[in-house]
Parts: sequence; C-alpha cells; structure tokens
Amino acid sequence: MRFKGKMKKDITQYMVYIIFLMATVIFAVWLGGMFFSVTNILNICRQTAMISVMAVGMTFVLATGGIDLTISGVVPVVGLIAAMVLNATDSILLALGAALFLGGVVGVLNGLLITFFTIPPFLVTLGMQGILTGIAMWISNTKSIPIYNETFNNIFGYGSVFGIPVLLFWTLAFMIFGYFLLNNTAFGRKVLAVGGNYDAAEYSGIKVKQILIKTYVLSGMLAATAGLLYCGRSKSAKYTYGEGVEMDVIAAVVLGGTAMSGGTGNIFGAIVGALLMGMINNGLIMGGLSVSQQKIVRGIIIIIAVAIGNFNSRKKKV
Amino acid sequence: MTEYSVLMTNICKSFGGISVLKNVDFGLKKGEIHALVGGNGAGKSTLMKIMTGVYSCDSGEIRINGEVKTIHNTEDSKNCGIRMIFQELSLIPTMTVEENIFLNHEIKKGKKDFRLNKAEMKRRVEELLKDLEIDVDIHKKIQDLDVGVCQLVEIAKALSVDAEILIMDEPTASLTDEETKLLFKIMKRLQDKGVSIVYISHRMKEILEISDSVSILRNGQIVKTEQTSRLDLETIIRYMMGENAVNEFVYMQRKVPVSSETMLSVENLTWKGNENKISFELKKGEVLGLVGLMGSGRTETLETLFGLRKQYGAKIVLDGEELQVKNPSYAISKGITLIPEDRRRLGIILMHSLMENIALPNLKVLTRGIKLNRKKCRETAEGCIKQFNIVADGTGIPVKNLSGGNQQKVVIAKWFETNPKIILMDEPTAGVDIGAKGEIVKIIRKFSEQNGSVIFVSSELSEVMAVCDRVLIYKKGKIIDEMRHEDIESEEVLQNAIQR
Repeated sequence: MRFKGKMKKDITQYMVYIIFLMATVIFAVWLGGMFFSVTNILNICRQTAMISVMAVGMTFVLATGGIDLTISGVVPVVGLIAAMVLNATDSILLALGAALFLGGVVGVLNGLLITFFTIPPFLVTLGMQGILTGIAMWISNTKSIPIYNETFNNIFGYGSVFGIPVLLFWTLAFMIFGYFLLNNTAFGRKVLAVGGNYDAAEYSGIKVKQILIKTYVLSGMLAATAGLLYCGRSKSAKYTYGEGVEMDVIAAVVLGGTAMSGGTGNIFGAIVGALLMGMINNGLIMGGLSVSQQKIVRGIIIIIAVAIGNFNSRKKKV
Repeated sequence: MTEYSVLMTNICKSFGGISVLKNVDFGLKKGEIHALVGGNGAGKSTLMKIMTGVYSCDSGEIRINGEVKTIHNTEDSKNCGIRMIFQELSLIPTMTVEENIFLNHEIKKGKKDFRLNKAEMKRRVEELLKDLEIDVDIHKKIQDLDVGVCQLVEIAKALSVDAEILIMDEPTASLTDEETKLLFKIMKRLQDKGVSIVYISHRMKEILEISDSVSILRNGQIVKTEQTSRLDLETIIRYMMGENAVNEFVYMQRKVPVSSETMLSVENLTWKGNENKISFELKKGEVLGLVGLMGSGRTETLETLFGLRKQYGAKIVLDGEELQVKNPSYAISKGITLIPEDRRRLGIILMHSLMENIALPNLKVLTRGIKLNRKKCRETAEGCIKQFNIVADGTGIPVKNLSGGNQQKVVIAKWFETNPKIILMDEPTAGVDIGAKGEIVKIIRKFSEQNGSVIFVSSELSEVMAVCDRVLIYKKGKIIDEMRHEDIESEEVLQNAIQR
C-alpha cells in the first residue's frame, strides 16, 4: 500500500529568505553603494546581534506554543547588576555568572508559574516584565552606570577581531548553538512535541512541565547574555536598554517561519528575520525617513511578510 | 506462577464519587491476544489507563510477570514493558513520521553523547515500516497524512521499542479492511514473539477472528472472561448489553416509503486530482449509502457538496434550486449539513459545554436582538439530551468529558436542531459503542421518515445495510454500481461489490 498525504506547500518557512532578498535588492537599488558598503553591513549585524541572540531563545519558547515577554525586563536588570558587579569587583567571570544566574532565575520563575499555577505564559511574562523593569529603574535610580572594565567591553560588544565585530561572532555562536539544540538533540524534539500537541507529548512519556521550564530558563539566560552585549556595546548600563525589544524579537522569529501556535521552530530563519528587521531599520534611516515613517513602514512590512507566508498554509480548499 | 503477564486484582477506581471500576479482576496471559469489550463508559479505557499509569487505582493490586508493581505514571508502566496505542492519537501533528516514532526515546550518537543519530533513526524507522509493510513517506508531517495512515504510524511507534505487553484501543476504527488485515498479520507475528496483547474493539467480528480470549466489562465490572472459541457474536452482545440485548443490524423497515420527489441532483461532480465525474440523485426521505475502500472518493464527495473543496463545474440542484456551493456557510444556509469523520477535531468544540456546542449552529434562533437567550439555549440542549438520549451530567458539562458515543450524539443533535434538508454523514459510528450505534441508526431512520434525506458514508457495512435504502459503490473516484436494499442479502454481497 502506498499512502499519499494531502499536498501542502509550506511556503512560510522560506518566506523570510525571499523577503530578505527582495529587501536587499530594493535597498541596493535605492541607496546604492552607501548601503552595500562593508561598514554598513557590519553595522547592521552589530545592531541586530542582541535581537538575534534573544530570537534564538524566543524560537524555543514559541515552539512550545508559549511566549516570553520578560526578555525586555531581563536585559536592563542583568545589565545594571553586571555593571555593578564589574565596578565593585572587576571580575568578568563574576559578572557573567551573576547575569546568567539572574536570567536563569527569571526563567525558572516563569516556568513554575506557567506550569504549576497554570497561568497563561502571556500573563506571567507580562507581569514579570513589569516587575523587572521596575527593579531596573529602582536599583539604578534611573541613572546610567558606566562600565570601566575595557576587557569586558571588548569581549561583550565593543571590540572586534580581524576587523570583524565580536557581536557578529556572538550571533553566529548562538545561531549554531540554537540550531544544534533544536534540530539535533532529544531536547529539541521534545520542545517541538510539547508545542505540537501537549497531551500527546505527555502521553508519549515526555515530562512536559520540565521541558517548559527549561525552555523559559534558556530564553532567560539568552536574554541575560543579550543584556551583557548591550552593556559592552555602549560601555554602560541603563534601565532603558531593551525597552520594547521583545516585540522586535517575536517579529523576527515569526518572520523566520516559526508559528506562534507552537510545534514548529526555525532558528536560522529567526536570525535572518532579525537581520531583515535590522536591515529595514538601517535602510530606512539611510533613505532619510523620519522615525515615525520608519515605524509605519516596518509595521507594514511585517504584516505583509507574515500574510504572504500564511496565505498558502491557511488556504484549505483543494 | 508467572503464567500471567499482567494480573490485576480487585481494582477499584472512582472519579468524583462515581465509581467507574468495581473490584475488577483482569488477567492477561503470556503471548495471548485478549479482547476487552464493553459499551461506552463500561470502564475499558479507565482500566487500561490504570495499567499504563495514566491514572492510578484507588485500591487493588497489579502484578507484572508475577511481581507486585506500583504503577504511578507512564514511565513506570514503560519500565514494565507496557505500551499502549491510544484511541486519541498520541502523535504530534507538526512533526514528521520519523520524529514521531522515536519521540522521547531518540537514538543518540553515543551513550553519553547528546547528539541525535539521525541516520540511524532514519534507518531504523525505514526498517520498521518495511517490516510492518507500511509504505509511507517518513519525512511527511503527521498533519498531512490521512487518519488511517496515522493509526498505522501510531502502531509502528509503539513497536519501535520492544514491548512485552501491548494495549490497543480501537486500533481498527479508522482502518480500511486491507489495513486491518495488515494489522492482524502484525499482531499474529508479535504474538509468536511472545508479546501479550490487550485488544479493545467495538467490532465483534474482528474480536472473534483475532483474539484468544475475551473479557466483557459492563458498568465497571467484568461480567465474563472466556476463551474466544467458546463464544459467538450473540453471546458477547448479550453479556455486554445485559438485559437489553439487541440483534445484529438488519434493514430497518420504513414506516413511510421514500418519496418520489427529488431532493438533490448532482451532475458531473469532481474534485482536484480526480479524473472521473460523479452524478447521482437523492430522493426526499431517502438514505443513500456511499461505500467503497478508503480513498475511493466517498469523503471527497461529501466535502465537495458541503463546499469544503473547490467545485469544478458540477451542477447541483437542491429541491429545484440550482446551487453554487462556495463554502460551508452557504451550504448550511441552504439546508445541507455535514457530520464530519474526525469528530473530536472538526465535529465539536471539546472544551465547550454541551449547551454551547448545540447552540453554535443555531445562534440565529437562540438570540433575541443581539442578546443570547440563555434560557432558550438551555431548554434546547435539554430537549436534545432527551430526544437523542445523551448520557450527560447536565447541559453545562464540557463535551470532552462525554464518551465517544455521546459526543457523536451531540454532533448529530446540533445539526438536527438546524432543521436541515440533507445531512451528510461521514463515518458517524466510528469509535462508538454498539448501543449508541443502534441509536444513531434509529435517529437516521426517523429523520428520513420525516422527509429528510441522508447521504451516509460508512465502512461498517452492517450499518449501511441497516439504514440505507440505496447504496452507491465507489471505486477510484467514480460510481461503479448501485444497489437497492432488497438486493443486498448479506454483508458478503456488499463486501464483494466493494472489492470488485
């Protein structure tokens, strides 16, 4: 017997690459060499590095069918604490440890509230985000804290190796890490299973709650890393870092072909999604658009991209 | 001493004060196929869920190979070598066949290596499926496959680890005859390897064919355990039903003959991927059966009539009016309704209450201005409970808490409330116990006597015989024959027609 499934072309997954190419061509024609210079391309990568790193974590969270809004709260709190630790002890290792620990704790709290109190992830992480941004303002007294440890600044954002910014290496490293974790480990498969069908995953013997908690811990830790990158890049920490970034991250991940309903995940797509967003920002600024115009154009592009991607998969008629 | 693979003694279980299992003793011998039968709500699923650790029993003892074991979760039961093939599929729709089969026991590149060995898994899955003679593209996602194929994948998944004890809950519900034969072959082979199998099914003929012994549950108690060779169909049904035993389905005589007026005439109906065209007529008050093998175009016919599939120039005339069925909402407005095959996913909203489900297609009648008339909703739902004999604890109960048969009655009820002209039914009795089946057949007959027309698609030929006035035989997207109910003397006649 030969079974044929219903044919369904899943264009969603490739949409981001097509749009990425289209955007590149449009900007290249419009802005020419100014846009296509090495400096500018590296600049785009540098600007999007933090979003890319967080997009890796968000891909996992969305793959479980959840959402993590806390990342924009984790970034400033972690940044400020790391800055304080650095200025007090001058130990990068300690700062890094504190940052990852904090990010992990936020993830554990998110996970526990979601699994054991069965509060929807949206509400849990929305509340947590408020608490964290409040803490950030409180501990810093809304002032920025400068970081004097140049080694830290160089490793986490400011420096470059052979002329290539370290932020690009961070992006690459986390992309490979995320890709491997999602596609080549049992953990990745379990994450996708939980998001694809929670009950069926549980029936298959997967410890679903544990998987969910781990996913939020991962997202929290990656957000903490992004927080350090924000600090290194600007040699300071401030409560406004990461403000509103969660929406950019989610947009990047969804553009990259990960469904918000869970069950699918595309790390590479998420990174390209982040780059696409960065490129659009960059191109629109270079094109001389005002901030308000940029926002409008960006919104339109996101909606069109997701709409085209969904068009074929939504259409049920055969 | 260890003659039994599993020996469950004095198992009791209750939910919210209602006892579902009362002192049940159940023994599964080594290497036997043991059928477990009983009506819906008799406790079959609960008993098996206790064995697999989904529930834990209130009291009682479970021995695996003679040793007392405590099974608190699915992990415990897996460690005892127990695997279950679930009626509700435990596959992840967004993952591929291969990923599903090795879900939660993925092969790694080394003992302490956390990298997946994809090549090895691919090889093993291919080998397994080849061994089971299941031919399916392992890179396809489950959501893109047909239900029957998914069921076979589910079985392959359970067999991908060495199971000593295998529980199958209605494995043939969505299988064609050919697939069922394949499954039985697999079961026999497993049996030869010493695997013990618990086989839950509503299809008595299959039970008599495949099983070595039978246990019959009624109202949470085992009423009979016997070797299959000493049982026959009537005896099993008698034990299952208790007092109200019913006979095999025979053609249910009509009190009102089929009208001579035409309700629906279909000309040149086709769908994407089908080169043939289908034309037929449906009289008022007629029950028309569509039979054929899986993929012969029965479901597609219903879906096209209902506007779920694109029309390719078919002429559809309903009660004298030519229709251009573009979408289901149009079809419903004209009086055509569909009771879909995949009840849990398409038929009802599981988390919503019985009342809400019944109200959904009838909101126009149940609202006053823009306000929902709650009282009328409840009364309608109560009316349905009474009329369709739905066993439910009130109208506010979520339908996911009802048994399969009662869920199906809710689906039927909600569409009957819309006063349709035609009801299209796709496997309305799949996964439904024999008592509810009889009731559904009666409901259909009553509807047809009130001049409603039904197109009935079913793989259960005895039901087709029971209720259909006329039967169309489908093969590869076209109608190859037509039979009146008088022509169908027995299931064999129908079976032969299909296999032709």
